[in-house]
Amino acid sequence: MATVNDVVIKIATVNGTGSASANGLMRKAIFRMGIPVVGKNYFPSNIQGLPTWYEIRVTGDGYHARADRVDIMVAMNAQTYTKDMEEVAPGGWLIYDSTWPRSKLLDREDIVVIGVPLSRMCNETFEGARARILMKNIAYVGVLAALLDVDLEIIKELLEETFASKPHLIESNMQAIGLGYDYAREHFPCPLEKRVERMDETKGHIVIDGNTAAGLGAMYAGATVGAWYPITPSTSLMDAFRTFCARYRVEPETGKRTYAIIQAEDELAAIGMVLGASWNGARSFTSTSGPGISLMSEFIGLAYYAEIPAVIYNVQRTGPSTGMPTRTQQCDLLSCAYASHGDTKHVLLFPGDPSECFYMSPVAFDFAERLQTPVMVLTDLDIGMNDWMVPELEWDESYVPDRGKVYDAEDLEKIEKFCRYLDVDGDGIPYRTLPGVHPKGAYFTRGSGHNRYGGYTEDSDEYQEVVDRLLVKWETARAMVPEAEIRYSKFNKAGILTLGSTDGACKEALDLLAEQNIGLNYCRVKAFPFTDAVREFIEQHDVVYVVEQNRDAQLRTLLIADLDADQNKLVSILHYNGMPVHAAFVVDRVRSEIAKGRAA
Amino acid sequence: MTYIAKPKIAHPSLPKNELGLTTRDYEGAVSTLCAGCGHDSVTAALIQAVFELDIEPHMLAKISGIGCSSKTPTYFVSQAHGFNSVHGRMPSVTTGANAANRDMTYIGVSGDGDSLSIGAGQFVHAIRRNLNMCYLIENNGVYGLTKGQFSASADIGSKPKKGMPNQQEPIDPVSTALSLGATYIARSFSGDKEQLVPLIKGAIMHSGFSLVDIISPCVTFNDHEGSTKSYAHTREFYHHVSNIDYIHPSKEIKASYDEGESMPIHLHGGDTIVLRKLNRDYDPTSRADAFKFLRDRFNAGEVITGLLYVNEGRAEMHELMGNTDTPLSQLPYEGLQPGNDELKKLQNRYR
Repeated sequence: MATVNDVVIKIATVNGTGSASANGLMRKAIFRMGIPVVGKNYFPSNIQGLPTWYEIRVTGDGYHARADRVDIMVAMNAQTYTKDMEEVAPGGWLIYDSTWPRSKLLDREDIVVIGVPLSRMCNETFEGARARILMKNIAYVGVLAALLDVDLEIIKELLEETFASKPHLIESNMQAIGLGYDYAREHFPCPLEKRVERMDETKGHIVIDGNTAAGLGAMYAGATVGAWYPITPSTSLMDAFRTFCARYRVEPETGKRTYAIIQAEDELAAIGMVLGASWNGARSFTSTSGPGISLMSEFIGLAYYAEIPAVIYNVQRTGPSTGMPTRTQQCDLLSCAYASHGDTKHVLLFPGDPSECFYMSPVAFDFAERLQTPVMVLTDLDIGMNDWMVPELEWDESYVPDRGKVYDAEDLEKIEKFCRYLDVDGDGIPYRTLPGVHPKGAYFTRGSGHNRYGGYTEDSDEYQEVVDRLLVKWETARAMVPEAEIRYSKFNKAGILTLGSTDGACKEALDLLAEQNIGLNYCRVKAFPFTDAVREFIEQHDVVYVVEQNRDAQLRTLLIADLDADQNKLVSILHYNGMPVHAAFVVDRVRSEIAKGRAA
Repeated sequence: MTYIAKPKIAHPSLPKNELGLTTRDYEGAVSTLCAGCGHDSVTAALIQAVFELDIEPHMLAKISGIGCSSKTPTYFVSQAHGFNSVHGRMPSVTTGANAANRDMTYIGVSGDGDSLSIGAGQFVHAIRRNLNMCYLIENNGVYGLTKGQFSASADIGSKPKKGMPNQQEPIDPVSTALSLGATYIARSFSGDKEQLVPLIKGAIMHSGFSLVDIISPCVTFNDHEGSTKSYAHTREFYHHVSNIDYIHPSKEIKASYDEGESMPIHLHGGDTIVLRKLNRDYDPTSRADAFKFLRDRFNAGEVITGLLYVNEGRAEMHELMGNTDTPLSQLPYEGLQPGNDELKKLQNRYR
């Protein structure tokens, strides 16, 4: 039976051979046919030579997670051929380069093997080693286009846009597409039973990665200082900020920049620069990953205690230690929530996709300045570096940055004496001043014990008064943070609670479970501290499945610590092998819990 | 209680600077360092320098790390903005602060432990960026707050109060800064206010990274016989290779200077310093010569002081980055994002 717009294509290539643009071309062509797509990179920590994969999930239903199967494998890497073939779902297809003979031992009875002499055709048609390698990649796009029935006109249109300034490349690329396309049409029945067909589900949408969206969000939020140390998988965030600033942050009259990006000597310095800049009145941020958070921890504690704004994007990768830098996890929840020695806790935001990376950026800067504290935006490699279909981003032109409680020169003229850490309004947030504004605004910022006036202290009561006030501020933060996404029906006695990139797999799992008459409610938290609605959600259910991508149930631990939630209700579903979680995994685990007698 | 506010009583006859302020207006809290600590003399020199430069107190940021030296910002200009950060990290905080507002004056006060051990990385990279700041090292060769361990600037053979003499190579901040291309490098002695004040003034007015390494003896843990950072040892072995006079832009150069022995150096802001060479062989504009001279004199056991290297020709951090003249922290938000229509347009590439 033919299946339309529900197919998973995985392309196995070698890192550094230029396959990324070919894969992007394929993904974009399907998107332009109006069909929702998901694009995931599975790449090595390597510049050139190691195996890399790109997975395109064509999902007419518009799901966001990866699927648990591969229908079509494009096996371009001899090194991984055997394993790649094993991965193909029964009834699926394997495309390989038949230029060289292939051992019959490698056959599988339950799949269809499609040999296309890609290298031979490209070697005969193109000159130069590099061009031949690149065109071989473009040629398999042609093969896929024929097999799946992708519109060639759309591919041409995309090439014309990409190579607008190099028209000769449009022709050669189309030629390579033609080689693959024609060969497939001549030798195999096209299209396959799993194919694509135009629909109208992508209008008003874009496909973007979270790091690009976050960098864009930081620019729109008015960030002027970015300090960072390069680290996978967060590097492309600051790169994106730089690209957008180069375009929109150069004064036309003078050619001078209205931003500073400082590549620091390490993460310790990066966060130190952010604090210095924020203290001095600039919107400032850093982007990093888990190891960077470890290094930044001392300064994060200073920012918490001395009450200095800072925005920290943590694009999480698989830990511990160096771990797997090019694999995903949600493993820094605890290290971020309580970063640094002493009693500290920090506001965390959990975007669920690139769109939220954009929209939560101004929120993060507003919170950091309003609350005078570090705010960490926790994404992960899956959100940060993979291609997500999201509604087109919009900017609210009425947005005005919330710079928080800052006395300006006029305010300072009026008050008799400025005291840095007085809780004037009872919300736990004191007033601050910016250096260089007014003589009366001077105060001494310190990480050592201080009293409410900002003076050094070793007095027990004075010390405690300040740290107790920070708890008042924590509750103010709780009332401010974005509300969780909740789907509730009173008929369901159990629910799923999750965060961040796990959203896609969980929502798809809810649909699959519903088909099996298992109804579950849903709560996706968007911030720490947790809101009252999260507390209620847990209270309303007999069982809450806490789905997260780490080994130690860090979200569950936070729920217990922050909400004093009933731990007997919180049942962990943990996925932590470094690959993004998929719906089938969640469905399986929920079903096995139900089989053990848990409520559904 | 280790924080004591100092009563502000100014004698009517105290001289005033162009802002109408006296040195009392540039004082800070009462020092809690040991009586006789070299650092307190540095504080006095700092107060004199910023007073004479007519710096508006609130336009001054004084930033430090952790340690005895890092307490100094509390003891001068209480109307300035102080930031006592974490150990060894003063340079990064200053870098960020300066990135946000290039209009202020930045004085970082550090020590030999803060700059040459835990903060060596940040010290080095602030120099590379030619960050526009005055960086003081109050150098005493020991850790005071933790009771007398050697620091990385301790000389070979220098004796501690208890235990074995130091056997490890010292890190010399001056030759380190020279090799890294710092653009204003000086050394002085806390006990020589006459030399120190103009050196600090020049360092503040210099555009780019200025280092003043100040031998500042620790009276409690490193002022005994056998220590190479004691008052007695420093006084015995220290030599002026140059002295400088700071000339305010509004003042004429009145004194006459001998050709070949004096050189006026014009600073970016319009100020001038006149460098009086006390050693004819010394050329403070050549990194290579300065390095050789310093190493030779160091090997001979001398402590060479004065303005040791200066280069007014190199761009500071903001100039290197091509930043706008307006401090980044003062840019109106409207100009920082291109609006919704542009957002719509730029998303075409994601379709």
